[in-house]
Amino acid sequence: METKVIKKVDTIFDVVECNYIQVLEKTLAKTADEIILDIIDSGLKGRGGAGFPTGLKWKFTKNEENAVKYVICNADEGEPGTFKDREILDRVPEKVFTGMAICGYAIGAKEGYIYLRGEYNFLKQDLQMKIDLFNSQLADRDFDFKVFLRSGSGAYICGEESALFDSMEGLRGEPRNKPPYPTVAGYNLKPTAINNVETLVYVTMICRMGPESFKALGTKDSRGSKVFSVSGDTPTPGIYELELGMPLNQFVDEFGDGDTKAVQVGGASGHCVPRKKYNDTIIGFEGIPTGGSMMIFNSTRSMYNVLHDYLEFFTEESCGQCTPCRVGCQQLLKGIEAVKKGDKKPSYLEDLKKLAATMKIASKCGLGQSVSNPFNSIVDNFREEIIY
Amino acid sequence: MSKYLVNLKVNNIPVTVEEGTTILDAARKLNFHIPTLCYHEDLTVAGNCRVCLVEVAGSRSLAASCATPVSEGMEVLTNSKNVRSARKNVVELLLSEHNADCTKCFKNGHCELQTLSSEYQIGQHLFIDLVKTKDKIVDISSPSIAKDDSKCIRCQRCVRTCSELQAVGALAVINKGDHQRISTFLNKPLSEVVCTNCGQCINRCPTGALTERSYIEEVWDAINDPSKHVVVETAPAVRVALGEDLGFEAGERVTGKMVAALRHLGFDSILDTDFTADLTILEEGTELLTRLKKALVDKDEKVSLPMFTSCSPGWIKFIEHMFPEYLPNLSTCKSPQQMFGALAKTYYAQKKNINPKNMVCVSIMPCTAKKFEAGRPELRDSGYQDVDYVLTTRELAMMIKQAGIDFMKLEDMEYDSIMGESTGAAVIFGASGGVMEAALRTAYEIISGRDVPFTNLNIVPVRGMEGVKEAKVMLKDVKPEWGFLEGVEVSIAIAHGLANAKKVVESIKNGTANYHFVEIMGCPGGCIGGGGQPIPTSPEIRQKRADAIYAEDEGLPLRKSHENPEVQYLYKEFLGEPLGHRSHDLLHTHYKPRKRY
Amino acid sequence: MSSTETLVKDLVSKYGKSRNSLMPVLQGIVQEERYLSEEAMIFIAKELDLSAADVYGTASFYTFLDTVPRGKNIIRVCKTISCHMTGKDLIIETLEDILKVKVGQTTHDKNFTLLTANCLGWCHKGPVMLINDEVYPELTPSRTTEIVEEYMKNATH
Ligand SMILES: Cc1cc2nc3c(=O)[nH]c(=O)nc-3n(C[C@H](O)[C@H](O)[C@H](O)COP(=O)(O)O)c2cc1C
Ligand code: SF4
Ligand code: SF4
Ligand code: SF4
Ligand code: SF4
Ligand code: FES
Repeated sequence: METKVIKKVDTIFDVVECNYIQVLEKTLAKTADEIILDIIDSGLKGRGGAGFPTGLKWKFTKNEENAVKYVICNADEGEPGTFKDREILDRVPEKVFTGMAICGYAIGAKEGYIYLRGEYNFLKQDLQMKIDLFNSQLADRDFDFKVFLRSGSGAYICGEESALFDSMEGLRGEPRNKPPYPTVAGYNLKPTAINNVETLVYVTMICRMGPESFKALGTKDSRGSKVFSVSGDTPTPGIYELELGMPLNQFVDEFGDGDTKAVQVGGASGHCVPRKKYNDTIIGFEGIPTGGSMMIFNSTRSMYNVLHDYLEFFTEESCGQCTPCRVGCQQLLKGIEAVKKGDKKPSYLEDLKKLAATMKIASKCGLGQSVSNPFNSIVDNFREEIIY
Repeated sequence: MSKYLVNLKVNNIPVTVEEGTTILDAARKLNFHIPTLCYHEDLTVAGNCRVCLVEVAGSRSLAASCATPVSEGMEVLTNSKNVRSARKNVVELLLSEHNADCTKCFKNGHCELQTLSSEYQIGQHLFIDLVKTKDKIVDISSPSIAKDDSKCIRCQRCVRTCSELQAVGALAVINKGDHQRISTFLNKPLSEVVCTNCGQCINRCPTGALTERSYIEEVWDAINDPSKHVVVETAPAVRVALGEDLGFEAGERVTGKMVAALRHLGFDSILDTDFTADLTILEEGTELLTRLKKALVDKDEKVSLPMFTSCSPGWIKFIEHMFPEYLPNLSTCKSPQQMFGALAKTYYAQKKNINPKNMVCVSIMPCTAKKFEAGRPELRDSGYQDVDYVLTTRELAMMIKQAGIDFMKLEDMEYDSIMGESTGAAVIFGASGGVMEAALRTAYEIISGRDVPFTNLNIVPVRGMEGVKEAKVMLKDVKPEWGFLEGVEVSIAIAHGLANAKKVVESIKNGTANYHFVEIMGCPGGCIGGGGQPIPTSPEIRQKRADAIYAEDEGLPLRKSHENPEVQYLYKEFLGEPLGHRSHDLLHTHYKPRKRY
Repeated sequence: MSSTETLVKDLVSKYGKSRNSLMPVLQGIVQEERYLSEEAMIFIAKELDLSAADVYGTASFYTFLDTVPRGKNIIRVCKTISCHMTGKDLIIETLEDILKVKVGQTTHDKNFTLLTANCLGWCHKGPVMLINDEVYPELTPSRTTEIVEEYMKNATH
C-alpha cells in the first residue's frame, strides 16, 4: 500500500495567496461541464466523513432537470473531536462562499445555504456581514447566485444530510429513507448538492491551482490534504492541514505525548486504534477515513470511560426514530454498565457486539450504522478495561 | 402515464413490477410475507421500525423493504441468515422498551408486536428492561381513548394518522434519542387538546398503546342488575364489521346473528339506531328544505348555507375546534345515537311503561367519539344522560367471546319493536355518502312526488371512496307547494376523513366552492371505517364493508326513510311533525366553539 | 397584543409564512425570551397554520429550543470526552458552587440556568462553556468564577 510521510501543508488557511474574486472570475469563464470535469479529475472526496467523490455528486445534481436546485454547505460540525469547520468559517469564509458559488454555477443552482450549528452562533454576525458583501460582489458581476445563512439548534443528527434538509424545512431532524438521494430530492425535495465546509474550500483551491497540484498530494484513493482536529493527550492540540495517506505511527510520533495508548480516528463514530496497530493504519479512504477528528489517549485514560462517553453521546443524539439505533444505543450503554458492575457476565459483551452488528446493517442512517465502529474497536482492543 | 417495468428477483424467483413499487409489494406479489410494524397502507411510508428488513445483493446494509423502491436486476432475499438475526434483534429491542404485560392488555391476541415476538420465539429477555415505572401511567383523561406510553413502539402510525388522514395533529413525536416518544402539546392529557376522539389512531396502532376506554364491565353490571332495564341500540356500520372479530371474513353481514347475540348477552330491549337514522332524515331533510326556503324565498341573508350534517361526533368536535365560525352551518339535528337515547328514555319508556330512571341505554357503535358524545352536557334532554354507555364494535365482540357464545353458529333473530324497525336508507348511513343518498331519496320524493331519478334508487355518484365527492341534482316538475325550488340545481358535497372535511370547509371559506348541503363523516370511508371497528383496517376491508352495507340496503323491503312505519307512527303518536315542538326539545341541539390551541 | 405575540408576528413577517420559517422563528423567540412558552408556541402554530403539538414536537427535538422556563443567562458546559479529559467536572462543580444550583436548574433570581451540552467544537481548548451565544474556552475554576461574576455584575446593573 502506498504510504506517505507526514507532511504539513498550508492551502486552506493561506489568506494572502488566495484572491477569491479572481478565482471566481477565472472559474466562471469556464463551462459547467469543464468545472465538473476538473473536480472529478482532482479526485476530491467529501471531507464531511462519508467521502463521496465531489465531482460525481455535482454531475448527478447537474443532470437532474429542475428549474430549482440548491447548494448546501454543511456546517453542522457535531462530531466529537472535530472543530475545523468552525476555524475555516472564522478565518477564511470567503473561500467557502466561493466554493458554493462555483458549485451553484456548475449544477445550475441560484441559492446556496450554509447550515451553521447553533453552538457556533457567535460566528453569525460576522459571517452574515461577509455573506452580504460576497452577495453584492456576485451581483456586481451579474452572477445570479446568493448565499444564505441558516442555523441549527443543537442536534448532532442534523449534520446527516437528509436530517439537515428536514431541519431547514422546519421539521424534526429525522433522516429520510434513501433513495431518493439529495442529488435527486434534497432540500424542499429539489436536487441538492450538499458539501462539507472543508470540501468547498478545496473546490476553491482546486479551481485556483488546478487539479494537478491538488492531486500531487495524497494517495490514489485519498487525493490531496485535509484539515485535522487534534485533541486529547497531546502537547499540541489544534488544527493541522496534513497530507492524506499518512500512517498513524507517524501521526502519533508528531502529536502524541510519548505515552499514547490509543487514537480515536474519526470522532465518536470512528474507530479506536490501539498502539499495536499504529504501524499498519493509514489515515485516508483506503485505511481509516476521518472527518478530521483525531483524539489521542494516553495510558492514564480508562477506555471504559471513553466508550461510555461515546455511547452516552449517541444515546442522547440519536434522532430516536428507528428501533436499532434508539433502543440499541441505550442497550449498549446500559450493557457495558451492567458488565462493569458485574450484573451481567463478561460474555454479555458478545451479545452486545452482535447487537452492534445488527445496528450497523439495520439502522436507517449513518449514526446508528456507525456506533459499532467505536464499540467493537474499543471492546475488542480494551476488553479488560471494560470488564474490570 | 404508462410506467416503466422493472425486473428483479425475490428469493431467486423473477418478478416484474412497475417502477416505483417497493420491495415489500414486489415480495407480496410473490406471496412472500415480510413482517411490518410502522408500515400501514393508509399512511405515508416511515421506514423506522426496521422489522421489514431484507437483504439486497451488493449492499452492505439491509434495506427496509417498505421504504425501498425496486430497481432493475435487484436480487432480494427476504429470509437470509442476516435478515432473520437482525429482525430478531430488532424485535428483542422493541420488547426491551415495552411493558409486555400481555395477559392484562386489551390487545392481547390481536397485537402485531405480540404476533411478531411469537413468530420469532422471543422467550427470555436478552436485553435489559428499559421501561420506567413512571412510563406506566396511562392517560385516561379522555372518555374515548386510553393512551399507554409503556406499550408504545414509536412506529408513529398514530402521528401520521392524526395529521395525514385527520388533519388534527393532536399527537406528535417529541424529544429525541432515548427521550423520544409520542405525546401531545406540552404533554397535556388528551382531553385537553384538539383530539376529536375519532379513534383512527387506535385503528392503526399495532400495539396496546392506544385503545378505547372500555366500558364492558359497567355494561355487564347493568345487565346483571335486576332493577335496570337495559336497552341496546346498534349502529348501521356495526352489522357489516362485527363478524370480522368473530371469525368471519370482511364484508359478511351479521345483522341477525348480532341481534341474537345481544339477546343471549341479556339485554332487555334490542333496538336499532337505524330507526333514528330514518328519523334523522326526516328532521334533517325538513331542516334543509326550510333553510333553502328561507334563502330562496325569504331572501334571508342570515340563513347558514351550506348545511353540514351533524351525525359524526368526531366531525363535531373538529368543527368546534377548527372552524367554530361554521357552527351555525351544522344541522341542529342530534346524531342518531343521541336521538335514540332521548327517545328511549321518553317515548319508549312511556310506551313500555318503564321508569326512565331505571333504564340504562347502551349503544353499540363503530366509533370511539360516540363515547365522548354520550357524555356531552348538551345531550341530556330526556332529563337523564340520554345514552349511558357506548361500546365499540370491538368491545361487543369481546363481550360475545366472554359470554362463550359461538357466534358463527347463531340463528338469526329480529330486533324488538318499537324503535327496531328501519329502512335501507338508514343502513347506508354507515358508508360515506349514505346520509346524502338517504336524504336525497326522501327529499326528492317529497318535493317532486317521484322517486329519485336513479336506477333502483341507487344514487351511485355519491358512493365510493373518493375523499371529496360532489354532485348536482336538478329539481324539475316539483309539486306546487315546493314551487320555489323549480329549476334549482342543488349542489352537494360529501367528505369523509377529517383531512377531506378540512379541504371542503376551506374551499367554502375561500369561496372556491358553493354547496347547499354537505355530508361529512369524520372517519375514512364513513362509519364503516370508524375508530371503533375491528382492526386491521385497509382500503380493501373498508370497501368490503361498504359493499355489504349497500347489499343490506338492496335486500330490505323499505328503502326510503319516510316509509318507515314506526317512524310514521312516532310522529303521529308523539312528535307531531318534523321540526315540531317536541322534536325541537328532544332531537335538536347546538354546539359551542372550543379553543383550537 | 402581548409582547410575545408581537414578537411572533414580527418574526413570521421577517421569515415568511411557511413551515420553512419554523426554525428561524423558534430561534428568534428563544433569543429574546430564552425559552418557548406555551403562549409562544400557540401563536407560532396559528401564524404558520400548524398544530400546536407539531410545533412542540419540532421544538423539543432541538436541545437549544427549550420549552421550559430558563434563566436570563444559559450556561452550557461541554461534557463530551475531550472536555471530560481536561476537567469539565471541576468546572461544573465550580459553577454549582457559585450559582448554588445543580445541573439542569435555574437560580432563584432567574439569572442563570446551568446545563451541560454535547461537544461544542472546542476539543483542543477544553474545558469550554457557552453562556448564551458567547463561548469561553480553556476554562479553569478561577477563570470560570471570574466570567460568571462578570455576568452577575451586569445583571444587578
Ligand atoms: C450522524 C451524521 C452526522 C453527520 N454530520 C456531519 C457534519 O457535521 N458535517 C458534515 O459535513 N457532514 C456530516 N455528515 C455527513 C453528511 O451526511 C454528508 O455526507 C456530507 O455533508 C456531505 O458532504 P461532503 O461530501 O462534502 O463530505 C454526517 C453524517 C451522519 C450520518
Ligand atoms: S440510525 Fe439513529 S439517528 Fe439515524 S435514523 Fe435511526 S434513530 Fe435516527
Ligand atoms: S401491546 Fe401487545 S405485546 Fe404489548 S402487552 Fe399488549 S398484547 Fe402484549
Ligand atoms: S382520536 Fe383522532 S384526533 Fe384524537 S389523537 Fe387519535 S387520530 Fe387524532
Ligand atoms: S401509540 Fe401506537 S401507533 Fe402510535 S407510535 Fe405508539 S405504537 Fe405506534
Ligand atoms: S415496516 Fe418497514 S421499516 Fe417499519
